[in-house]
Amino acid sequence: MIVVARTGNEAMAEAMRQINPDVVAAYPITPATEVVQLFASFVADGLVTTEFVPAESEHSALSACVGASAAGARVMTSTSSQGLALMHEILYIAGGMRLPIVICLVNRALSSPINIHCDHSDSLGSRDSGWLQIFTENTQEAYDTTIIAVKAAEEALLPAMVTTDGFIISHSMERVEMLDDKDVPIFLGERKVINSVLNIDKPLSFGSLDLQDYFFEHKRSQIEAMNTCLPIIEKAHKEFGDKFGRYYPIVDEYKMDDAEVAILCLGSTGGTAKVAVEKMRAQGKKVGVIRPRVYRPFPKDQLLKALAKVKAVAILDRAETMSGQGGHLYNDVRAILYDAKSHPLIKNYVYGLGGRDISIEELESIYDEMFAIQKSGKVDKDIVYFGVRGE
Amino acid sequence: MATLKELAAQKEKFVGGHRACAGCGATIVARQVLMAAQQPVVVGAATGCLEVISTIYPYTAWNVPYVHNAFENVAATMSGVEAAYKALKRKGKIDKDLRFIAFGGDGGTYDIGLQSLSGMIERRNRVLYVCYNNEAYMNTGIQRSSATPTGANTTTSPAGKVLPGKLQARKNLTEIIIAHEPAYAAQATIGYWNDLVTKVRKALDADGPSFINVYSPCRLGWGYAPEKTVQITKLAVESCVWPCYEYENGKYRITVKPKEKKPIDEFLKMQVRFGHLFKMKDPKLIQEFQAEVDRIWERLLKRAES
Repeated sequence: MIVVARTGNEAMAEAMRQINPDVVAAYPITPATEVVQLFASFVADGLVTTEFVPAESEHSALSACVGASAAGARVMTSTSSQGLALMHEILYIAGGMRLPIVICLVNRALSSPINIHCDHSDSLGSRDSGWLQIFTENTQEAYDTTIIAVKAAEEALLPAMVTTDGFIISHSMERVEMLDDKDVPIFLGERKVINSVLNIDKPLSFGSLDLQDYFFEHKRSQIEAMNTCLPIIEKAHKEFGDKFGRYYPIVDEYKMDDAEVAILCLGSTGGTAKVAVEKMRAQGKKVGVIRPRVYRPFPKDQLLKALAKVKAVAILDRAETMSGQGGHLYNDVRAILYDAKSHPLIKNYVYGLGGRDISIEELESIYDEMFAIQKSGKVDKDIVYFGVRGE
Repeated sequence: MATLKELAAQKEKFVGGHRACAGCGATIVARQVLMAAQQPVVVGAATGCLEVISTIYPYTAWNVPYVHNAFENVAATMSGVEAAYKALKRKGKIDKDLRFIAFGGDGGTYDIGLQSLSGMIERRNRVLYVCYNNEAYMNTGIQRSSATPTGANTTTSPAGKVLPGKLQARKNLTEIIIAHEPAYAAQATIGYWNDLVTKVRKALDADGPSFINVYSPCRLGWGYAPEKTVQITKLAVESCVWPCYEYENGKYRITVKPKEKKPIDEFLKMQVRFGHLFKMKDPKLIQEFQAEVDRIWERLLKRAES
């Protein structure tokens, strides 16, 4: 193990170098560009044996990933925002074909208006595409999860995206404990290939036209794979922890055991909220953080367990569903609470769109509002747009 | 040069029983191209007629490995397959010598898939891209593409009371591809099977990306009796509507030279899609089409001379 200072992008690129995928097909886009260009430099310096496909668009990048993965290769790419949107069509195809491709995704707002900074409209806009989605809080977690995701994806036969928050993590330098180069391939092993489009002795047709008589059964089996893959993801995390000493849960709970109110959020905001928790606990206020790392599949049981511990929860969404019903997390959490035994009071804070920062003090103010809600027993306004001028 | 006897003795790589229309040109293209291949091949197809008729689950007409991804990306998909092949071969996981062929219709090649194809050639992925060119979106029901010729009646360039079918000329995709300097590029058609087979073999032997634009009549979209498919392609070549030529090592070569260049009328008259042109008082559109054919043919003759 070596300790280095790396940005989120550098850490993900280093993880890719150590994974040494058979094929990487990619296209540059801010703020994920560095992952691609660093990887290209690893190829140029002979540090990996990867076949690098510098595609002419993200659509072609993921299309090439699909071809390469169907050929039995271990395949990775990286993108962000508009790039993921351009891949959208092929995301569903990769999912349907059960190809364990891994995307290092750097979260950035979708246009318009055009913006290069972080929100989750890109990744959450792809939440129904049949990909595992894991949100990371910091650079270390991004590095570790990139490696874990390859194992989980290949065992579940599902594609996976590992996300960092654009600029907040992708461009911030942090302390990272890196694994030894030799340990990563040993941890991952070889991809187990069931069928390959390169097997000329067993010529199969991949991506057949599937009509009314079979489509639904095939889709149902994909749904089943998604419904039952959480233990596989957990196992990959546990194996990583057992081997390297860093354990990650499906849902990260911080100071939740005696918390009265909590913030539930994705990604880097979890880290900021933990600092707010420390400050408030120093004042005797019992607050906690619930941070789903795995967002797809949605970890219902783990979340219900965490939610049951508190009386009021602020659900922070860095994206909007444009449905009049607030953000994605809020909707998903409300849905699982329907048949839960105990219901905490919940309020949706849509925040930070287009990279607007959220500060420790602002998070403290949200905790204070939660205490007020806990006290009054009611939520006066269930969806608010936090930090917007004119609200 | 291949003989029919030699080709007929092979195990079929694209078999019958698929759902294509009687007289379908695209399936003849697939069969002839695969017959020509002397190495084991992996095939990719763009969404379109050929894909739809050949792989309705649980059936497949392909006796070779086949992959379909989406409409606009067969070139990128096969770039990925070829990249995986190179990587896995380097690691000793594959020892066989394979070739890669991508099939796309003119919609998937001239229009929505052009960028993907351009990228594949520029990256020098060693894939043979075969465009089965039936000059319109036939799978969705005969809509104009940028391969549709002047005057053709399609459902999105209909011959109406004021408009006489498609007003614009065909895009010259083969020349666009040649501008990329691929390892090999050609135009061919199924009526000259030996010409096509020779070109496929050259393309698969070429050390780099290759492209063959194969004229592929659609009896429904063009409007003719199904038994005329091959005959129509011969007329297209004899009238220079579809010149058969190749581009190799920086040189053009016309591979099928008509003994006597026929006017395009006979070719047009065989097809319902051009029927309205002959009912019009003003023959301007036919003349324009003829002038375009002549101009491109003359230019090709010059290029082949130099």
